[in-house]
Amino acid sequence: MTPAIADPTRPVIRVDIVENEDVVVVRQRAREQAHRAGFSLLETTKMVTAASELARNTLEHGGGGYAEIEVCTNGIRRGVRMRFVDEGPGIADVEQALRDGFTTGKGLGLGLGGSRRLVSEFEIDTAPGRGTKVTVVRWK
Amino acid sequence: MTAMDRIPILRMGRTLLVTVQVDMHDQLAVRLLDDLTSMITRTRARGVVIDISALDMVDSFIGRMIADIAATSRILDAQTVVVGMQPAVAITLVELGMALPGVRTALDVERGMEMLDDAGDR
Repeated sequence: MTPAIADPTRPVIRVDIVENEDVVVVRQRAREQAHRAGFSLLETTKMVTAASELARNTLEHGGGGYAEIEVCTNGIRRGVRMRFVDEGPGIADVEQALRDGFTTGKGLGLGLGGSRRLVSEFEIDTAPGRGTKVTVVRWK
Repeated sequence: MTAMDRIPILRMGRTLLVTVQVDMHDQLAVRLLDDLTSMITRTRARGVVIDISALDMVDSFIGRMIADIAATSRILDAQTVVVGMQPAVAITLVELGMALPGVRTALDVERGMEMLDDAGDR
């Protein structure tokens, strides 16, 4: 993974995710940061869609949590990094959770696997009883 | 409940027109499915046109609502046409893994209406 360093001139945006409407707020903040990073319309759309999927996961499976969204750089390229954190039950089988069509909720099971396809880098840190932290970066 | 908690449904003859103009949260999308279903039954509509040209994102949940509206209306003997999807939204939706099979689409409202006309659904 290319090291993504936070851009010191840009603040980290934090959004608490406790109800349905917060998923919409996460989308709006992701869109703003994508604009700041100079993303094209298509790049922005992919980033915002990934943000929506991951925020919904935080709410539905993690029982709520928060998102942190920031413009980052690896020295050459700009990008947006998003982190979704919950203190829910965690995921026992990450491989299975990433597979299309696998779901424990009411969705289609496209959330994790689908959003991974929409970003450049995808990292998941989870264990049963330890909550879940998903970090994604999309480079311009 | 305020007006913002509902997406308005317009009746034009035997066609229902829905223009989605807000960034929908999940409950709003679910309510739209419910409202449309009862309105199709009540008005004996034969067609539903959903204009999503103002939506700059469709994720798996909203995508599933669209597919559910199309499937439910078909069972109720009405055809659904989704119109105005932005190209970036379409590309993203496919990459996400949702190709919306069974959902008829048109470029804009006018063509969507024509599509229903051609099918004799109005």
